[in-house]
Parts: sequence; structure tokens; C-alpha cells
Amino acid sequence: MNTTIKFKIDGREIIAEKGQTIVEAAKANGVYIPTLCNFEGLPPKGCCRMCTIRISNRYMTSCTTPVAEGMEVESDIPEITDFRKGIVELLFVSGNHFCPACEKSGNCELQALAYRFKMMVPRFPFLFPQKGIDATNPKIIKEQNRCILCKRCIKGIKDDEGRSYFAYKNRGNKLEVVLDEKMGKEITDALARKAMDNCPVGSIIYKELGYYQPIGKRKYDKKPIGSEIEI
Amino acid sequence: MSKKITIEPVTRVEGHGKVTIYMDDQNNVRESRLHIVEFRGFERFVQGRPYWEMPVLVQRLCGICPVSHHLAAAKALDVIVGAGPGDGLTAVGEKMRRLMHYGQFFQSHVLHFFHLSSPDFLFGFDGDPLKRNIIGVAMENRELAMQGVMMRKFGQEVIRLTAGKKIHGTGAVPGGINKNLTIEERDELLKGADPMNADKMVDWSVGALDFFKNYHKANRKMVDEFAAFPSNHLSMVRRDGALDIYHGVLRAVDAEGKTILHDVDYQDYEKYIEEEVRNWSYMKFPYLKEYGKEKGWYRVGPLARLNTCDFIPSPLAQKEFEEFKAYTDGKPNNMSLHYHWARLIEVLHCAEVIRDLLNDPDLQNEDLVVKGEKRHRGVGVLEAPRGTLFHHYEINDDDQVTLANLIVSTTNNNEPMNKAVNHTANAMLNGHAEITEGMMNAVEVAIRAYDPCLSCATHALGKMPLEITMINSNNKIVDQKIK
Repeated sequence: MNTTIKFKIDGREIIAEKGQTIVEAAKANGVYIPTLCNFEGLPPKGCCRMCTIRISNRYMTSCTTPVAEGMEVESDIPEITDFRKGIVELLFVSGNHFCPACEKSGNCELQALAYRFKMMVPRFPFLFPQKGIDATNPKIIKEQNRCILCKRCIKGIKDDEGRSYFAYKNRGNKLEVVLDEKMGKEITDALARKAMDNCPVGSIIYKELGYYQPIGKRKYDKKPIGSEIEI
Repeated sequence: MSKKITIEPVTRVEGHGKVTIYMDDQNNVRESRLHIVEFRGFERFVQGRPYWEMPVLVQRLCGICPVSHHLAAAKALDVIVGAGPGDGLTAVGEKMRRLMHYGQFFQSHVLHFFHLSSPDFLFGFDGDPLKRNIIGVAMENRELAMQGVMMRKFGQEVIRLTAGKKIHGTGAVPGGINKNLTIEERDELLKGADPMNADKMVDWSVGALDFFKNYHKANRKMVDEFAAFPSNHLSMVRRDGALDIYHGVLRAVDAEGKTILHDVDYQDYEKYIEEEVRNWSYMKFPYLKEYGKEKGWYRVGPLARLNTCDFIPSPLAQKEFEEFKAYTDGKPNNMSLHYHWARLIEVLHCAEVIRDLLNDPDLQNEDLVVKGEKRHRGVGVLEAPRGTLFHHYEINDDDQVTLANLIVSTTNNNEPMNKAVNHTANAMLNGHAEITEGMMNAVEVAIRAYDPCLSCATHALGKMPLEITMINSNNKIVDQKIK
């Protein structure tokens, strides 16, 4: 049975495998669709809306939408780019993101997206929420000022029995991601480092590693986010 | 009728400040004050942050000499991570930091002399204000202005290659550095196309020094008498008494040259230095505890460093140092405008040190970081371009900063700058009913000699403006000039 599907993104022909999401197929064909909450190896959930595309005048998240034969996807068009940029701006104003002194600077996906979208000043007013920092764990600092609630840590950092080290706490504008105090005490070095790498921003920090990577060697120092995919 | 004169903003210095001069009915200066009108709050808002953020976070105090804050914080954290104070790092760790610091010193001093102060020397204190700036210098003396710009660029390139960026880099980390210097990077500085190489910087530094010495020769009386007053002098010196801007012990001498602080370990700085708060300025007034508020205040910066050290460990600068010392028969030099002379000797010293460091193969070593037993308190002190800089941090068991105390170079010079303003105001304004722009600039020249960084001193952004207001005895403004 033929499992190959052909469709178009911005007029460019994409060859995909049946069952792939649009984001996966785009990536395999050298087309970058920005993502934030989506993370390779974790089930997509479409919560950040960064990967929004338009098909037949309907807006969808490309990380959760499977490919279909003949579909025509609009992605890199001014309207959608501005929409995505708006999401980045909203994330900036709803937290306290001070890039100049953040140790994730240069490796931060939110910052990299802001650069990619040429964000200068957010169009929305800063909320300056009162957030805390939990440094009680011996290995990890949870910096709530920078958390974008993407759930990548909740879904990706689990023990052998599948229990998550991180969880949501509170509701509404008080919602935050916290590290389970008891489980956190036993987190391995490897998992703690993985938690930091999974985090798209500087909200999960492995202690005492900050700034050891020199400027010039960081992930997004030389090339913008997405350039590793684009052909 | 008595008057109050306010100079606001003070120009061609870093940060925002104003001067207030109170005149009595006979047009004599009754009182003068240099007010620092910025408020930053770094010491408070870094509390709770992870300690390793400090070198990158607190350097945002300043865009002119961020490296000084970066390194002072890193030195304090070296103690906290158990690498020891100053001399416990690996060879590449210490030498890369030294290279960064000397590069920063070089560019900051050059910026101050060429961009901020040379217009006063070239056009006179009462020269046309429209010409009395770096653009005017470029129009009048293209070569001088070009050298200033290129020398500063060279210093900035040294910083870029050691810290990753020209401004606000990340090179120093607790216990060491995050990169060494590659051979290609070294050659960029050592063998760069003319004029961007270390040898040319040494030559031009000698030329800048000659420029000032010639000015001094032609204007000896004015340069020697302008805002000259006796004071104590404090700086860090190497353990053997040499000028060292990166690491050493604290030494102070009085106006006659008697040592009043004997090469003490800066980890104990609180035993020797106290800070006073006055209600009319955001900048504190430090003084030596043993000598009290009245007699314990001191100068810091280039003049103080050359007054406290025994020698300069680089040949050309040492020769200039000997001439400098001979001018006052070996006694401390208390002349404010001689800050420029001392500063340019330091420029030459920095150029020599940068050239020598670049030839040191240790810079290519790979052992970048050292760590030992963690501690909860660390003090980092170094000589910033403007003077002695203190960073003191304490942390809790969760690695969060619980206390930060910064005594910034310009803060140390608070009392001397106020004295210099007072001295100049008395000399220039007494008996004059009308205040001219030239007189006001003379007051600024006195402040400028200290190369104050008022942004740092209050732990603000932007240029430094100066306002002068004249107020009569009924507290009514009779004249005001704002630049």
C-alpha cells in the first residue's frame, strides 16, 4: 500500500508519510514552521499556538494536524507571521524575561523566536507579575519569572514508573509549574540536566553551570532558530 | 544678595549629576555640593538571585567599564566557590581575566582623555561650547581624534575576544573563565593590520602622554594649582608594592606620603572602611574608619594609584612614573588635573601589559576553571579605571544571594569631588556678580578630572547631564543654565 502523501506548504510541494503531522513533514522537507511547546519525542498538544497554519481558511496547529493528500497549507505569510510574533510578545509581557542577565540567553527558544520575528518592543503592556524562584532543590532552580507553562518538563521528565517530576500548581493567572519536592530530592544528575535542556526558556536551571558556554558557541549565536531545518 | 548656582546636568562625564553653589551677599561661595541624582538599587534587587548570575547581572551597572564589575563580582565568587581570592585560579584563568581587564582599562582611559577631556585642553575651559567636544577635536586635530577612536576600538576588541562581546560579555565565571584565547584571536591583536596592533598602541600611548606633558609645560601654573588640595590616597597594590589593577592588597597614604593603611587583605575591608549617608545625595561617602569622617576620606583612581604604589612593572611606564614622582619630590601628588597625567601613564602601562600578555602561551591553556570547598561569603576587589572597586556577596545554602554590598570607584571619590568643586567654585566665582559659561565649565573640568561614573556610583543609564542654578538668599532662582 502506498503510504506517501503529497501536499503543499506555501505552494511548495511536500512529500510526507501518512500519519506524520504537518510540522514533522515540513521539517523532513526542509520547511521551518516555528514551534515552542512541541518537543521531539513527546506527544504534541498544540497549546502554545506558535505553529498555527491556515488550511482552506481555517487556522490549525500544525503540530497536531496530520497530513492529508492534496492539502494546501499557508504558513510563511505576513498575517500568520504577525500572529506568531504576537504570541511571542504576549509571552514576553506575561512573564519577567530579562534576557541580558539570563544564563539561557543564546540558547533560549523564546529569545530566538523574538529575534527571528524581529521583535523590538511588545505591542502589549508589560504585566510585571510577582513571581518567585524556588532554589531549595540541591540540583535544580525553578525560575518562575521565565516559565511559559509549555508543559515540556511535565511531559518529558519522568521516573522509571512514568511519574512526572514536574506538575501544574494553582489555577488561572496563578498557574505555575513546580518541581515535586519529594521526587526532586532524588532526581539524577542526568535527568536534571535533561530537564534544563527540555525547557525552552531559562525556567529550569541546573545549578552552577550558568555562563560556562562562551558567547559565540551558543545554539543561536550565529544562526537564527529554524535555519538548521530550512533548505 | 546671596545666590544659589546649580550646574545641571554635568556634561562629559558618565551618568547624571548636578552641582549647587550657594553664594552670599558679597558674591562669595558659601557652600557647594555635587549631587548625584540617580538611584539604581542593584544591591537590593540582586538579593535572591543565584550567585553565579552576579558577574553578568551587576556589570549592567555600567556600559563604560562593565568589565570591572564583571571581574570584581567574579573575584568575589572565586572565594565563594573555593577557588581562593585572586591568585587561586589557573594560569589561563588569571591571565585571560587580566587581559580583559587591561583591555577595558585601556579603552576606558582613552575614552575619558580623548573624547571627554581633550576638548578642554585643546579649546580652553572657556572655549566655544559648540566646538568643545570630540567632534570639535576631530575638526581641529584629526590625527589626535583618530588615534583616540582607534585606541578605544583596540581596547574594545581585546574585551570582545576575552569576554565574547565588547559590552556586557560573559568571559569570567566563578572559579575561572569560559574561554581561552586562540592563536587566531591572539594574532588579531598582536599582528593586526596597522594601526590595530599592540605595538602601535604602545607608540600612540607615548604620543598621548607627550600631548598632555606639552600642555602641562605650557600651562604649568594653571594645571598645578587648579583644584589642588591635600588628601589621603587609597588603592590596591601588588604585594611587592607594584601597581596592579587586578589583584593585591589595600594600601593608603596620607597627603605627606605616610602609610595609613598597611597592605591589608581586602576580604576584611569592613574593618577599615565605613560609608556615610548624606541626605542630599544618592551617593555614599566612604572613609577610613580609623581616621573618622573628617580626616578619613581619601582619593582613588589614577592619581591615588601612582601615589600609593612603589613602582610600575613595565619599562616605559616605569620611566614615566619616575618623572611623575620626581615632579613632587617623591611625595604624593595632590593636584586634581594631574589625574590626567597619571591616567595617561596608566594607558601606556596597559598597552605594554596587553602586548606582553598576548605573547604569553598560557593564554592557550585548556584548564579554565578551579573549584574547591564552597563558602558563604566572598569579597572581590580590583582597581577599576576610576578607582578601587569593592564587591561583597553573601549566599545561603540554596545558592541565593542574601547580601550584596558594592563600593564603587566614583563613590570613593565623592568627598574629593565635592572638595574639588568647592575649590574651583571659590577660585572661579568669588567676587563675580555674573556667572559665565566658561566659569561653569571650569567647575565641570574639576569634576571631569576624576572621570566620575555617576551611573555606577548610584548603582543609571545614559549620558551625564549638568545643571547650574543660582539662587538668592530668599531661595529664589536668579539664574539657571542647563546643558
